[in-house]
Order: sequence, then C-alpha cells, then structure tokens
Amino acid sequence: MLEISNISKIFKNNEKDVAALQKTNLLINDHEIISLVGQSGCGKSTLLRIIGGLEKASTGFIKLNNKIIKKPSSNIGMVFQDPRLMPWLNVYDNIKLSILNENKKQQKVKISKTLQKVGLENCEKLWPRELSGGMAQRVAIARTLVREPKVLLLDEPFSALDSFTKTNLHQHVKELWASLKLTIIMVTHDINEATSMSDRILIIQKPEKKDDKNTQIININDPRSDLKNVKYNELIKNSIFKEPSIKTL
Amino acid sequence: MNIFFKINNNKLYKLLKSLYNLFKAKFSQPLIGIILPVIILLIWYFLAVTETIRNSLLPTPNEVLKEILILANEGTLFSHIQITLTRVFYGFIGGGIAATILGILTGVSPFIRKLFDPTIQALKAVPSLAWVPLFILWFGIFENSKVALISVGVFFPVYLNLMMGIRQIDKRMIEVANINNLNLFQTIRWILLPGIIPEWITGLRSGLALGWMFVIAAELMGASEGLGYLMIDGQMTGRPALIIGALILFAIIGKLTDELIYLSAKPFLKWKESLDTMQGGANNA
Repeated sequence: MLEISNISKIFKNNEKDVAALQKTNLLINDHEIISLVGQSGCGKSTLLRIIGGLEKASTGFIKLNNKIIKKPSSNIGMVFQDPRLMPWLNVYDNIKLSILNENKKQQKVKISKTLQKVGLENCEKLWPRELSGGMAQRVAIARTLVREPKVLLLDEPFSALDSFTKTNLHQHVKELWASLKLTIIMVTHDINEATSMSDRILIIQKPEKKDDKNTQIININDPRSDLKNVKYNELIKNSIFKEPSIKTL
Repeated sequence: MNIFFKINNNKLYKLLKSLYNLFKAKFSQPLIGIILPVIILLIWYFLAVTETIRNSLLPTPNEVLKEILILANEGTLFSHIQITLTRVFYGFIGGGIAATILGILTGVSPFIRKLFDPTIQALKAVPSLAWVPLFILWFGIFENSKVALISVGVFFPVYLNLMMGIRQIDKRMIEVANINNLNLFQTIRWILLPGIIPEWITGLRSGLALGWMFVIAAELMGASEGLGYLMIDGQMTGRPALIIGALILFAIIGKLTDELIYLSAKPFLKWKESLDTMQGGANNA
C-alpha cells in the first residue's frame, strides 16, 4: 500500500512562496490504477514527482509498504510525458540505464524479456531517432519496467501520441499492469483515458476558500463525494458521470 | 548458351553496380571537395602563364612546386614543418587542457561562471597580435612565447563550446538518471560525457583552426624556423613562390590535422543523425 500523508510542497519563487500542494492525504491500494486529474497547476504532477522522489516534500511523508520514501527507489518507476531517451544510446543501452548495477548476463536476459513485453523485440540496436513516437514511449516504459518496480508512475505519457497509438499503448499498459501486478498512478488531462484505464479517478483541487488550507482530493467514484464544489470543467464532469469509470481486466 | 550469357550479364551488371555504389559511397564526397581547389588551380595557372598578373607577384603552380621540392631536397622543408607542427601540438594541448578544465568548471558551477566568464569574454576580444609583446617579455623570444600564443588561440573556442555544451544539457535527462538511481560516476559516464562530447569536439576543431592562425602570428614575430618563417623569408628575398608554397602547406597540414580529430571523434558521434552538419559547422568556425 502507498500512503501519502500530509504532503505539502512550497516552491520559493522570487522570495514569494507558492504552494503547489497543501496537506494532501491519499491511500492507494496494491494493484490499483489511479488517475489524477485536475486543472493545470493544481499540483498533480508535483505529487507524482514527490512520490517518485524527484521532489522533496516540504512537509509530510510517503510510505510504500510501511517504509518511508525520501529519494528515488527501485520499487517506484516513472514514465514522463516525453520518452526522454538518450539520443547517444541505442534502445538496448537506453533500457540498460535502469539496471547498470546488474551483471551483463542478467541485463541481457531482462532487457530481452522486457522488450518482448512491450512488443519491441529485434529493436535493440535502433537509435532513438529511428523510432516512432509510440515506439519511443514503449522503450521508455520498458526502461522503467526492466527494474521490476511495484509502483509505476505515469506523468501524461500518452499525451503527445496520436489516438491510434494511444489506444494501443493503453491496452499494452493494462496488460502489463495485469501480468506484473503493478500499482499505477497516472496523471492525465484526457478524461477518456482516465475512465478507460483507471479503477479510481481522483480530482485534485487547490484550496479555494481562505479558511480552507488543504489540497482537496475528490474521489469521483465514491458516491459519498461532495461534487458540488468541484471546480473542474463541466464537460469533463459530465463525461465522467456518463461512463462507468471502473474498468478492470 | 543465351541463358548462360544472360546470367553472366546479370552478374556482371550487379558487380558493376555494386562497384559503382561503393565508389559513390567512398569517394564521391572527397571528390566533390576537390573540385573547388582544382578550379582555383586552373584559374591560377591561366593567370600566371598568360602573365595577366605579373610573374614576380604570381608565380606559376610549377614554380611553387619547384620551390617546395628544392626545400625538400635540401632537407629543410620537413624540419620547418616539424617545428610548426610541434608548436601547434603543444599549444593545442596546453590551451585545450586549460579550456577543458575551465569550461567544465564554469559550465557546472554558476558561481565560478559569474566569477570567470566576464573576464574570459573580455580577453577573447583582444587581437592575437596584441599578446605578442607581452608574451615575448614574459616567456622570451624562443619557443615558450610562441606556444603560449597558440594556446591562447586554442583556448577560447574550446572553452566557449564546452561551457555552452554543459549548460545546455537537458535537465530532464538528469532526472532520468535520478529516477533510475544512477550514482555520480554513472551519471557522468552515461549522460554528461556523451552529451557534451559533440560540443567539445566542435570546440577542439575550431580551436585547432585558430591554433594554426596563431602559429603564423607567432612565427612572423622573430622565428628562425617554421612555415611562418618561410613566408617571411620569401617576403624578404622576393620569392612569392616560397610564400605561396608555405601557404599551401599550411592549408594542407591544417586540413589533415582537423581530419585527424574528426576521425578520432567519429566513433563517439555515430549516434548523430548527420556528421556532415557538424563537420561543416566546425569548418565554418
């Protein structure tokens, strides 16, 4: 279980403090797919980066299976919006970056297995410039999965892809989630993506009122959630309600 | 019989085609580069032979070749080339090492950049010849002052390219290193070094080109050996063939040393989409 407890993040910007997250609490069960949605600047990517260990929280802590996480952990992998492949490394070496400390034989076995999982066998020697957008993103996913993480963080990884590639990759990620028993936390702006992929959709909302100082996390799927004050695009809200959101394999 | 010929013809055709392709791949690029020098040579030959320009100002290519061969026969040509090459080599190593160290430091640390960069940028504007009196005063008239002058020429392009290369490293790549738990050594080996090598190589090539320019300045100022000295000797004794011969030797040796760096760097840059772009960029610098 992933426990996000009392997390705040204050960025110092020209001596002015900007709060990205304030006292945020969330529990995520093992083998769950969560989508985080919300307006730009609400702090969803910041939350993901804090879970990944790329940002330090100003207050609070994150626990994975009762162990506090303070820095990037091998149990948590992250795929970014852009593939971030090193242009000077071929596909094999890009994936190898995640498992540099293992011996060559292990690396070879793991990389070849992972490439098979993401449907890129025989692409080991290709350079990043020779890959399509979808292939590059699959290499990025392979680079993360090769470490066999328990939690996979996806920061809008499909946003730059065309709808056909996107649908294929959704299916692929769900298959990987099922076969590897992953816990997935995904940040997205695409509500269809969220509804088709997730067990739970959580809207992150910045505190609006002066007396309300906490970042709100509203579970769309929970009938007890008070959605009256959810400040989010009406269209998105409607599409969430029209479509049943829990879709699991 | 006809079928036999047909097969053989097909094989012959394939063989000729593959030989043509090989020739095209291996030799067409260098041959394109030779076209312009050949045209210049022909125009020069025409102007000199028809005496459109007086022979005392523009000797024929034959006369220039003859002058070079005389020097070679005397045994002095190679010692002139050797001494110039040695000066450029030491200047290149000295300037290159200093620029690499300072380029890394200013690229990595904003504080060191703020401390050093304004002064270095100001010194960059000082013309090469302006250093000569000071270096002669400091290092004497012999080799040290010449090597110091060449080092100054090499320093600036290497320093600037390396500093900019480090500053332009994509921070998102460093995040990939962090999320994958790479240690400092692994981050340098797999991300920083390969990321800055293209800029560093471009800097080294531009630095070498400036090194060749500065060696002339160094040798024009009181040298008794070297290709620059040959030019002064040619001027003093009224031998334009010697001046042009030394010029051509400068161009050929300069190009060869640049090619040497380019070829040594090639294995590190094979990931680049177009090496030609980089080569062109460096040559233009």
